[in-house]
Amino acid sequence: MSMFLETLIGGLLAGTMYSMVAIGFVLIYKASGVFNYAQGSILLFAALTFVSLTDQGVPAFGAIALTIALLVLMAITIERLLLRPLTNRSPMTLFMATLGLSYLVEAVAQGTMGSQVRALDLGIDDLPIFLGDIMISQFDLVAAGVALTLGIALSLLFNRTRIGIQLRGVADDTRAALSLGIDINRIWQIVWAVAGIVGLVAGLLWGARQGVQFSLSLVVLKALPVLIIGGFTSIAGAILGGLIVGASESLAETYIGPFLGGGITPWFAYALALVFLFIRPAGLFGERQIERV
Amino acid sequence: MTTPTRPALELKNVSLSFKGVKAISELSFRVEAGEICALIGPNGAGKSSLLNILNGVYVPDAGEIILEGEHFSRMQPLEAARRGIGRGFQNNALFSGMSVIDNAITGLSRHSRLTLVEEMFRLPRARHEERRFRERAHEVLRLFGLDRHAATVVGTLPYGVQKKVELARAIVAEPRLVLLDEPLAGMNASEKQEIAAVIARLNRELKLTIVLIEHDIGIVLELAHHVVVLDYGRKLADGPPETIRDNPDVIAAYLGSERAEIAA
Amino acid sequence: MSEIDLPIAAPTIDKVGLRAVGLAAIALPVLAGPFLASEYWINAIIVPFLILSLAGLGLNLLTGYAGQLSLGAGAFMMVGAYATFSLQLRVPDLPLPLALVVSGLIAAALGLAFGIPSTRIKGFYLIVSTLAAQFFFEWLFLKFPWFYDGNSSATIALPRGLTVFGLNAETPHGRYYLTLGTVLLVTLLSFNLVRSQTGRNWMATRDMDTAAAVIGVPVVRAKLQAFAVSSFILGIAGALWAFAYLGSASVQSFGLSRSYQILFIIIIGGLGTIRGAYLGAAFVSLLPLALDWLFQHLFSGHVDAGLLQNIQKGIFGLLIMWFLIKEPEGLARLLGVKLPARRRLFPSSQT
Repeated sequence: MSMFLETLIGGLLAGTMYSMVAIGFVLIYKASGVFNYAQGSILLFAALTFVSLTDQGVPAFGAIALTIALLVLMAITIERLLLRPLTNRSPMTLFMATLGLSYLVEAVAQGTMGSQVRALDLGIDDLPIFLGDIMISQFDLVAAGVALTLGIALSLLFNRTRIGIQLRGVADDTRAALSLGIDINRIWQIVWAVAGIVGLVAGLLWGARQGVQFSLSLVVLKALPVLIIGGFTSIAGAILGGLIVGASESLAETYIGPFLGGGITPWFAYALALVFLFIRPAGLFGERQIERV
Repeated sequence: MTTPTRPALELKNVSLSFKGVKAISELSFRVEAGEICALIGPNGAGKSSLLNILNGVYVPDAGEIILEGEHFSRMQPLEAARRGIGRGFQNNALFSGMSVIDNAITGLSRHSRLTLVEEMFRLPRARHEERRFRERAHEVLRLFGLDRHAATVVGTLPYGVQKKVELARAIVAEPRLVLLDEPLAGMNASEKQEIAAVIARLNRELKLTIVLIEHDIGIVLELAHHVVVLDYGRKLADGPPETIRDNPDVIAAYLGSERAEIAA
Repeated sequence: MSEIDLPIAAPTIDKVGLRAVGLAAIALPVLAGPFLASEYWINAIIVPFLILSLAGLGLNLLTGYAGQLSLGAGAFMMVGAYATFSLQLRVPDLPLPLALVVSGLIAAALGLAFGIPSTRIKGFYLIVSTLAAQFFFEWLFLKFPWFYDGNSSATIALPRGLTVFGLNAETPHGRYYLTLGTVLLVTLLSFNLVRSQTGRNWMATRDMDTAAAVIGVPVVRAKLQAFAVSSFILGIAGALWAFAYLGSASVQSFGLSRSYQILFIIIIGGLGTIRGAYLGAAFVSLLPLALDWLFQHLFSGHVDAGLLQNIQKGIFGLLIMWFLIKEPEGLARLLGVKLPARRRLFPSSQT
């Protein structure tokens, strides 16, 4: 029983990391209908920039500020040069464009800042805590706390503030939002910048865990099943989806894995997502689209 | 041929809602075989939704659809096509990357009997079917004066011409019932007359039953044998054009909202 | 009625397309002539170019024609390669060409299975299903030694080498003609297919699937057929990649980056055109050479390999975005601008 609980809790905590990455996708998808495949590369870019700056002796605060400034600049550039010319194109085209974007961002990040693994110390102790005989990683607890705070803060931002309400307007009915004089391009820039900052936070936590390296950009592959399960348009869905994926992945590896020779984590989340697609194509919190012909 | 006593289509207490909002409530009416039935009503009255129910795109919450005597609680898109329901869409739903003739031939899909292997190797049966389909498509294109555009990519044609391609595709498979969603929208007066004449001819010569949505009251009164007026998903009036024209409810609801639309 | 009376009703021929095949059929062996002396060109450039064209063609039928996005091209190439290996190892009597066809069919069956979700979901959601295939097969073929016959390096190579009906095809010429023959045959069949009702059903599904279903296009069947045919071609391409190009292959030969590469080939070459696969494959094969040459000459020698790789990656990223924004029909369109508009894109009605 305690092994089950330990596996479950470990999985749930790891899941919050997935959630955090997924939140970045949800923001952009809500505002512009784009599944941003480059989110992983942006996360890598952000973490790599931060590490490079601190390695140069820039204090952490300054490094964060500079990285955020770069991310905002990047968001504006992406909106101007990529999203605007692709307005009204199919979601598939937009997706493929972000795949191209991910190549460019990765190339720039690694070309200018190197591709070796960089250690990142956030000053969080990773000593295990024992609850009875269940071992929990302290680092994971902190990461989970950050993810939850981020999720709640963003939900508040988008439900309570003017910009958030405008964003929802854009998401619900782009044409109506335009006719109400909402500056849709500005909204996109803001959302991409916020998603970049979410990426920075996620990148720092993941980076502290496994080192800042190329594989960070592959978190995009983890986020996809999370989004399918939670729904592409809901922050709550992203959090819940992350928890479900994290927990079931870790339980499956422990209890099903041995029968299949182990190592099933890379595809298990996808299999789970496919099952969800058949039961609930719009995800747990997503809305079903009405066909218009 | 259907017997004159049996309607081509009948709806009984059909209701539809989206996310709890009623789009159509307990709608019943019948369409006789061989008639042109016009659905009119202000925007949002549920006219297009009704056609989508008949095509199986939307699933009604309740009610019954009776097609040539057979009862359905819902249709499936392919099933509807197989039972001879043709459809023209409101905002051209053409295959924009394909040529005019290919759009038309695609409408014949349900008549295709080929296997993948026959098509891959262009076996005699495949060549024969292709030739037959092409002839039929050209026949229909000629009807709408579209033959000179046959090889043109549909997306590059003007709107009015695309509307005609839409019509051609709707009737190419020789349906028994055609549902047309604003076939004359966006056309100028002479184009409207031309297409209205083609619709009347199809109805007269091929005994094609037609249900159409149209906003131009003048054309509706001229073309239709039977008019159903919808407002907020309910039936407001149902009868021959002459009685509809003088119905005070219709004048109030329909013309009233028309005026409101113009004012807006 | 004879065809002569009905020129307008005769089967359409994609003149441009046919010309491209004709040109390729004649020009390639001719072009190869001067290089026949150079084993390097055949082995390292022409053969992989042809195989990548074939893979691009397979993916283009699914993504460019039927509109079903896939990030799992590598997975089905992998299936084809491992199936061919197994067949050659365990059914030694089966000649290689037949083994290739059977492997294609196995890939088609599995492609169809992973295509089933497409009947419920649309657009980029499908990448979940195709990525699932990618990760699942990577795991499967690495996890169970049966698939690579317990080889200590977990690689596969044909037990009797490349033999076609008893002839040794291990020479550069042999590899070249085996590949060229396969590619031309598959291209011809694909041409026929995209001009048939199935091809039209694919394009209708891509352009407007709800409307397609309503006017009687069997959308579900069309999607599944696209998955099967595409995976069939990818499977054969994978087997050729493993045994006619690499010689011995592993799961890494068909990883996610291979899937991206094939997708990039059709985006750059031209989505929904057959010649696009060739153009894109040529581009993808030649760009690294061109860059290499450029840097050799510009910086006379020493350029960091990692940097070169990143530059190449950045150029691909930029090109993908540029093509999607400016020219969704890719190089196929760019190189075709001089032809009259109506013949450039679609079949004219005359033979």
